[in-house]
Amino acid sequence: MTRGAWSPLRLPRLAVLGAGHVGPVIARVAIAAGYRVSIAASGDPEQIALITRVLAPGAKPRWAADAVEDADIVVLAIPLHRFAALDPALVADKLVVDTMNYWPPIDGVQEMFEDRRYGSSEIVADRLPRSTVVKSLNHTGYHELEDERRPVGSPDRRALGVAGDDPGAVDAVADVIERIGYDTVRLDSLRAGRLLEPDGPVFGASLHRTDFERALHAEAA
Amino acid sequence: MTTSGTAEAVQATAGDPTRFPLVLGLDTFGDVTHDEDDRPLSHAQTIRNLVEQGFLADQVGVDFFGIGEHHTDDFPLSAADVVLGAIAGRTTRIHLGSAVTVLSSDDPVRVFQRYSTLNAISGGRAEVILGRGSSIDSFPLFGYDLADYEDLFEEKTHLFAELLKGKPVTWQGKTRASLYDQDVVPHTESGPFPAWIGVGGSPQSVIRAAHYGFSLMLAIIGGNPARFAPFSQLFQQALASFGQPPLPVGVHSPGHVAATDEQAREEFWPHYLQVIRHVSKTRGFAIPTNESFHREIGPHGALYVGSPETVARKIAANLPALGATRFDLKYGMGGLPHQALMTNIELYGTQVIPRVRELLA
Repeated sequence: MTRGAWSPLRLPRLAVLGAGHVGPVIARVAIAAGYRVSIAASGDPEQIALITRVLAPGAKPRWAADAVEDADIVVLAIPLHRFAALDPALVADKLVVDTMNYWPPIDGVQEMFEDRRYGSSEIVADRLPRSTVVKSLNHTGYHELEDERRPVGSPDRRALGVAGDDPGAVDAVADVIERIGYDTVRLDSLRAGRLLEPDGPVFGASLHRTDFERALHAEAA
Repeated sequence: MTTSGTAEAVQATAGDPTRFPLVLGLDTFGDVTHDEDDRPLSHAQTIRNLVEQGFLADQVGVDFFGIGEHHTDDFPLSAADVVLGAIAGRTTRIHLGSAVTVLSSDDPVRVFQRYSTLNAISGGRAEVILGRGSSIDSFPLFGYDLADYEDLFEEKTHLFAELLKGKPVTWQGKTRASLYDQDVVPHTESGPFPAWIGVGGSPQSVIRAAHYGFSLMLAIIGGNPARFAPFSQLFQQALASFGQPPLPVGVHSPGHVAATDEQAREEFWPHYLQVIRHVSKTRGFAIPTNESFHREIGPHGALYVGSPETVARKIAANLPALGATRFDLKYGMGGLPHQALMTNIELYGTQVIPRVRELLA
């Protein structure tokens, strides 16, 4: 696959799939970081035009297929229970950031994610065999994502985890997260990315990089 | 789509705080109160105390008293409308409503009937706030699948909007039996009672409220309230695009008022910590720390904990910033004694409300 194909001289283009709680926030912070962002829901972009104009001005509402086609990185920000309806062909050959969580008490039991031998992103990756999946942005509240951004070097700059099996893809996503305003801690597999899940040591926690790493190591040990 | 002109459009249509009267209310989830030896009171006593709290709220000049539906041992308020009926029978002034009614797992026809009955008992003081709330206990209880949440809410909101019009209803959907030219009683005396949709962060819910002509209640229970300001703008723009008249925006946030800042913090904090710790597993709330608590009770946080002056100033600062004209303080926290809640209500009515009115005059 060709995830590294964009020129290092320009920032990757982002497609955010999902215009609910999470999608517009990710679009907004990505635009603020200088990215070109399109946003898509399950249907006609006209239906999310107003949401986009008010909540993520500068993002372009598009049909999902069009948004994905032009994107270097696709951010999956739909409710997990909608994932089963996502056509894997839509995101084939793309770098996909999985921001979703499996959280039965809130979203109900999803059979597809009930096999606890695997993390939710491992199951997502298995369902998207032609995509390269990276797990990130799942363990911070969408409402914190904007407030807690800090410039590089700020004493209170927070870290976010980025996990994936493909080191180049992890680097590409980590670069986006860092430009948005966070340090990153990289995990070298989606399997290791289970540490970022609900009930894990960093879920919902606002931690500096060293504390974040320490929390992960303590749990993994 | 272009984005040019967006800023002017937002300016032109953002909620004008002078357009609607200022409403200052109280909400409760009926958290189980404790006695002087810190033992939990029975559900029955908690509910009787709640009637007293609603009565006091009316006496001290609170505009609205709302009860949030829950179905757990900690929050035994599964039949809020019955409690509101009891309060209605003892009061003449205060508006009474749900905060929220979990419409998705209820029958819109029954919700309309119950609140239209409350409206009759109270002489036109009933309101409804529809939503999900942050708890989901009603779904398994009534046999609904959480995965169907959005479809249930969309369909039932539509039906509820039809019922509110007060005319015979014809409606078809997947989530309940169809209705054909169905007269639903009791009829209201003077048109629809106020209906709101409570929103915690879903822009689609904001659009939905505007589409059906419901007012918007922003549930801000953590983090910086300012991040909700775009929702208010989205709501007013959506109303305009649907050809609806402007409608008010309200804010619901938790807090506790006591004589001094220190007393309010000391009373509230241990119970807040315990309650959030208890629900963190199922609702995904981070467990609060001393640092996060102080951030939340400060000017950029979501909690209104302090003396009447502190709480009044925070309300007065946030309402205009959010394009809102209504504030409902969610008072009480599991484990606080009834007497502390009565003091909270009295201070809110006699000191916070007049002070907010003064600051916003």
